[in-house]
Amino acid sequence: MEIPILSIVTFLPLAGALLFIFVNRDKENLLRYLALIISIATFIVSLYLYFNFNAQTPDPQFVEKGPWIGYGINYHIGIDGISLYLILLTTFLMPIVILSSWTYIQKRVKEYLIFMFLLQTGIVGVFVSLNLFLFYVFWEAMLIPMYFLIGIWGGKRKIYATVKFVLFTMLGSLLMLVAIFYLYNLFYKATGTYSLNIFDYYRMILNPSVQVWLFLAFGLAFAIKIPMFPFHTWLPDAHVEAPTGGSVVLAAVLLKLGAYGFLRFAFPMFPDALQKFLPILGVLCVIGIIYGGLMALIQKDVKSLVAYSSVSHMGLIMLAIFALNMEGIVGGIYQMLNHGLSTGALFLCVGILYERSHTRMIKDFGGVSKQMPIFSAFFMVCILSSVGLPGLNGFVGEILCLFGVFKANKILAILAVTTIILAAAYLLWMFQRVMQGPITNDRVRSFKDLNLREIIFLTPIVILMFWMGIYPQTFLRKMDVSVANLLNQVNRKEVIFTKVKKENNPPSYILMEKEIKKDSTAKEDKESQ
Amino acid sequence: MTDYFWLIPFIPALSTLILVLFGQKLPKKYVSFQACFAVFASFAISVISFIGLLQTSHEHLPIIKNLFSWIHAGSFQADLALQLDPLSSIMTLVVTGVGFLIHVYSVGYMADDEGYTRYFTYLNLFTFAMLILVMGSNLVVMFVGWEGVGLCSYLLIGFWFDKHSAANAGKKAFIVNRIGDAAFLLGIFFIFTHIGSGEFSVINAAIGGGAITQGLATLIAILLFVGATGKSAQIPLYIWLPDAMEGPTPVSALIHAATMVTAGVYMVARMNVLFTFSGSANSLVAIIGAVTAVFAATMALTQNDIKRVLAYSTISQIGYMFIGCGVGAYAAGMFHLFTHAFFKSLLFLAAGSVIHALSGELNMQKMGGLRKYLPLTYPTFLIGAIAIAGIPFLSGFFSKDAILTSAYANGQYLVWALGIFCAVLTAFYMFRLIFLTFFGNERLEPEAKKHLHESPPAMTIPLVLLAFFSIVAGYVGLPVVVGKDLNFFGRFLEPVIHQAHEVHLSLGTEWMLILISIAVAVTGIFIAWVFYIKNPKIPKNIVARFPGLYKLLYNKYYVDEIYNTLFVNSTIKGSEIVYDHFDLKVIDGVVNGSAKTTNFFGKVLSYFQTGYIKDYALIFLLGVILLLGYLLF
Repeated sequence: MEIPILSIVTFLPLAGALLFIFVNRDKENLLRYLALIISIATFIVSLYLYFNFNAQTPDPQFVEKGPWIGYGINYHIGIDGISLYLILLTTFLMPIVILSSWTYIQKRVKEYLIFMFLLQTGIVGVFVSLNLFLFYVFWEAMLIPMYFLIGIWGGKRKIYATVKFVLFTMLGSLLMLVAIFYLYNLFYKATGTYSLNIFDYYRMILNPSVQVWLFLAFGLAFAIKIPMFPFHTWLPDAHVEAPTGGSVVLAAVLLKLGAYGFLRFAFPMFPDALQKFLPILGVLCVIGIIYGGLMALIQKDVKSLVAYSSVSHMGLIMLAIFALNMEGIVGGIYQMLNHGLSTGALFLCVGILYERSHTRMIKDFGGVSKQMPIFSAFFMVCILSSVGLPGLNGFVGEILCLFGVFKANKILAILAVTTIILAAAYLLWMFQRVMQGPITNDRVRSFKDLNLREIIFLTPIVILMFWMGIYPQTFLRKMDVSVANLLNQVNRKEVIFTKVKKENNPPSYILMEKEIKKDSTAKEDKESQ
Repeated sequence: MTDYFWLIPFIPALSTLILVLFGQKLPKKYVSFQACFAVFASFAISVISFIGLLQTSHEHLPIIKNLFSWIHAGSFQADLALQLDPLSSIMTLVVTGVGFLIHVYSVGYMADDEGYTRYFTYLNLFTFAMLILVMGSNLVVMFVGWEGVGLCSYLLIGFWFDKHSAANAGKKAFIVNRIGDAAFLLGIFFIFTHIGSGEFSVINAAIGGGAITQGLATLIAILLFVGATGKSAQIPLYIWLPDAMEGPTPVSALIHAATMVTAGVYMVARMNVLFTFSGSANSLVAIIGAVTAVFAATMALTQNDIKRVLAYSTISQIGYMFIGCGVGAYAAGMFHLFTHAFFKSLLFLAAGSVIHALSGELNMQKMGGLRKYLPLTYPTFLIGAIAIAGIPFLSGFFSKDAILTSAYANGQYLVWALGIFCAVLTAFYMFRLIFLTFFGNERLEPEAKKHLHESPPAMTIPLVLLAFFSIVAGYVGLPVVVGKDLNFFGRFLEPVIHQAHEVHLSLGTEWMLILISIAVAVTGIFIAWVFYIKNPKIPKNIVARFPGLYKLLYNKYYVDEIYNTLFVNSTIKGSEIVYDHFDLKVIDGVVNGSAKTTNFFGKVLSYFQTGYIKDYALIFLLGVILLLGYLLF
C-alpha cells in the first residue's frame, strides 16, 4: 500500500493539535519545541511532494480517494502544479511563524499553538481538496481558528476586527454553499448520480445565464478573501489587531485562497461567465492596485500600511490571473508565492519592532537602523522584495504579471504599472521614517538588535527571496503544464458553448463525453511538450 | 582573449557577497583592499577583452555568453546573458577604470567613517550592477542592472541616513527613477509583444526587417527615453540629481557623474537602430538634450554649493550627450560620455579634496585663495575645468565639438545654437567656481583654516591620473580637420552603431564651427574672470539690478516646489481625503450599517420570542386570521 503522503501533510498538524491536548499547559517551552518539531516535520514531508512531482502531466497527483459520507461526498484529494507551491508555502512558513511567536505570545501558549495547527490543516485542506464538499468544509473550518487567533491574542479593537472578518467572510461563503447545492442538484438531474467531484463539474457545460449567478456566488466568496476592492476593509483591521503570527499566515497564505479558488473552481467551471465579467473584474483590480497603494501611502500604523500594500499587490496578482494567458497566470501564481514571502516577512519585521517598542505607529520610530543594523539589512531586503527589485523574487513575478496584463489589455497594464512607483513610494517612505533619520524617541535607544532566534527565522525567507529571484526556473517549470491545462479548459469550453448557443432552446447544462476529454488532453500534452 | 569576459561583473559581485557576510569581522584595511582589488581585476579582464575584441572580425560580433535561462513563461523568454561588443567594451573600461580610481580615492576619503565596510560593500555592489547594465545582451538583463544601480544610488545617497536630508534625497532619487522605469518597462513590453524577444541583436534585425511600423517605433523609443530621462537626469525627471549630492563625494563622482547617470545615453546608443528608424523620437531626444543642457547650466550659474554646481553641470553635459544621440551622431554622444567620465569624476574628486581639506565646507563663498594650500588639488581641478570648458587640446573640446558639428551638419541649427550658448555658460560657471575657490581673498571659517591640509596620496594619485586622462582621452577621436581617419573611437563603434546617413561638411565650415566653439569658451572664461577677479562687484550689482531673475535661478526655477505641490502633496492630501471619507465612511459605513441593521432586526424579532406559549399562540392566531383574510378577499 502506498503511503498517503498528502493526507500526512494535511493532517500532521491536526495530529499535533490533538497531541497538545495531553500536554500540560504550564510546560510552555516543551509546547513550543514540540510545535516547532511538528511543523518542521510537516515541511520536510511536504518536500517529498516537490521532489516527486511529475511536471509533465496536468492530472492531479498524489491522489487519495475514499468514501466518506456518501451521496457524492467523498474524501478526494490531490495536487497539481498550481496547488503544489501554495502548500509548500504554507508548510514552509509555519515553523517560521512558530519561531516568531516564541516570546511574542505569552498567554495561553497551548491554545495559540493548537489554533495555529488547526489553521494549517484547514489551509492545506483547501489546497488539496478535489471534492466540492470537502473543499467547503476546510474553507469554513479555517475560519474558526483564525477567529480565535485574532479574538484572543489580538490588540485593542480585536472584537470589532474579528466580527468584521467573520461577517465579511461568512457572507461570501454562504452564497457559495448555496451555489454548491445548486450545482449538486443539477448534476444529479443530468446524470442520475450524485457527485461533488470537481472533475465531473469541469465536464459539465452550464448555460451561460446560469453560470452568471453561480460565478457571482463563488466569485464573491473568493473576492472577499483576496480581498478585492471594494471588499478590502476587513483586512487592515484584521491585520492591525492580529498577533504577528496571525498576520503572517493571513497575509502569506489566507489571502491566496481566494485567488486559488478562482483558478480551481470559478475559472474552469464558469468560463463563459468569467468572460462576461472580465471587464468589471479588470477595472476592480486596477482600482485595487492604485487605491491600495495610495491608502498605504498615508497610513500612520506600519501594520495597516503593509495591509493596504497587500490590497495593492493582490490587485496585481488577480489582474494578471484575469489576463487569461500563460504569462499572466504563471506570473500571478509566482507572485502569490512572492507576496507570501515578502509580506509575511514584512509582518515579521513589524512584529520584531513591536516586541521592542509595543507600538506600531510610524511617528514613534526614527533612526532605528543605528540601533539595529542587522535588522535594518533584513528589513531592507524584505522591502526591496516587495518593491520588485530585480535579483529578488518580486521582480520575476511582477514583470510576468505586468506582461501578461499588457498582452491582454494595454490600458489596464499602463495603469497597473504605476504599482512599481507607488510601492517604492510607500515602502521607502515608511522605511525612511521608521529606520532612518535622527533618533527622536528615546525608547529607540534601548532597542536591541536581532537575537539568534530572529535571525534564524528571517534567514530562510531571505535566501528563498534571492533564489526565487535569481533562478526562478526551479519553481516555474513545475507550473507550466498545469497552467496550460487550465487555460485549455477555459478556452475549450468556450468553443463548445458557442456550438450549443446556436441551438434554439439551450439547456441549462450539457455533459462532455469523457472520451472527448481524454483525447483533447492527450493532444495538449503533445502541444505543451 | 575574450573567453572570460563574462567574469567582469562577477568579481565585484563575489566581493560584495564576502563583504555582506563577513565584512563586519574583517579588518578595515583588508576590506578596502579586497574592494579595490575586485574592481581592478575586472578592469584587467576588461582590458584583455578589449584587446581581444580589436582582433575579432565584425562578423563574430557580438560575443554572447548565455549563463542560464532565467525567466521563461509563455512568450516571455529572458535569459541571463551577457555580451561583449565595442559599445559594452568601452563602457566596461570606463566603469571599471574610473571605478577603480574612485575606489582608491575612497580609501583616503572615507578613512574615518564608521560605515567604512558598508560603504565599500555598496560601492562593489554598484560596480556589479553597472556592469550588468552595460553588458546585458537583452533588455531584461539591462533592466536588472538599471534597477540595481538605482538601488545602489539610493543606498549611497542615503549613506549617512541619520541625516534627514540624506535619507530624503535617497528616497527621492529612487522614486523619481521608478517613474522612468515604469515607462521603460512598458517599452520593453511593447518590444516583447511585437518582436517577441528582448535580445538586442534580434530587435535590431527585426526592425531592419520591418517588424514594427514607424509610429510604433516612435512610441517605444519615447517610452525608453522617458526611462533614460529618469536615470540620466534630464527634463522632466532631473530633480533628483542635485539632491543626490547628499551622498559621499566619491559616490557623486562615480555614480552621479561618470557612470550611472550616463546609463540613459548608453541605452539610447544601444537602441540606436530603433531611434534612427523612428526619426521623430530622435528629434525629441535632441531637443530635450539641448533644452536640458541650457536649463541646467543656467541653474549652475548662481549656486554656492560647490557640489551642486557640479551636479547641474553633469545634467547639462548629459544634455550634450543626448544632443549627440538625437542628431544621429551616437558615436559622438558616446565619445562625450567617455571623456566626461574622466573630467567630471576628476572635478568631483578634486572638489571632494577641497571639501576634505576644509573639514566638510561646501559653500564656495567661504572658500577663496586656496590654490597655495592645495598644490595638487588646484592644478588638477583646473585641468578638469579647462577640459569641460572646451578649450582646445583637452578631451572635452574634442567630444563637445564632435557633437556640435554633427548637430550643425544635420541641419539642427536651433539645437546647435543652444549647444553653443550652453558652452558659454559652462565656461563661465566652471571658472566662477575656480575663481571663487582658489583665487581672491580667503573667506574661510577660522575652524576650517586650522585643519587646512592637502589630501593624502590615496586621494591625490587618482586625481593626477584622472587629470592625465582628462587631457589625453580626446585624442582617440580626433575631428576630420586634423586628419581623415583619426577618429578611432567612431570607427571602433561602427559595428554597433548603424550610421543611417553621414553628412559631410566642407573643411571650411568645420573650421568655422571649431573656431566658434573655441571663441565662446574663451568668452565664458573671460567674463568669469572679469566678474570674480577683476571687478568682484559686478555680480552683486547684477543681482541688485535683476533680483527677480537671480531669485528664480537661485531657487532653481522653483521646479521642486511646483512638483511637490502638483504631485506629491496633492497625492497625499487626496489620499487622506479618500481614506477618511470613502474607506472609513462609505465602505465601512455599509459594513457597520449592515451589522447594525441586522442587530436591529434581531432585537425587534427578539421581542416576539418571549418564551410564553400563550404569546406564540396569539401570534399564530393572528397569522391565521391574516392569511384567511388574504385568501378570502
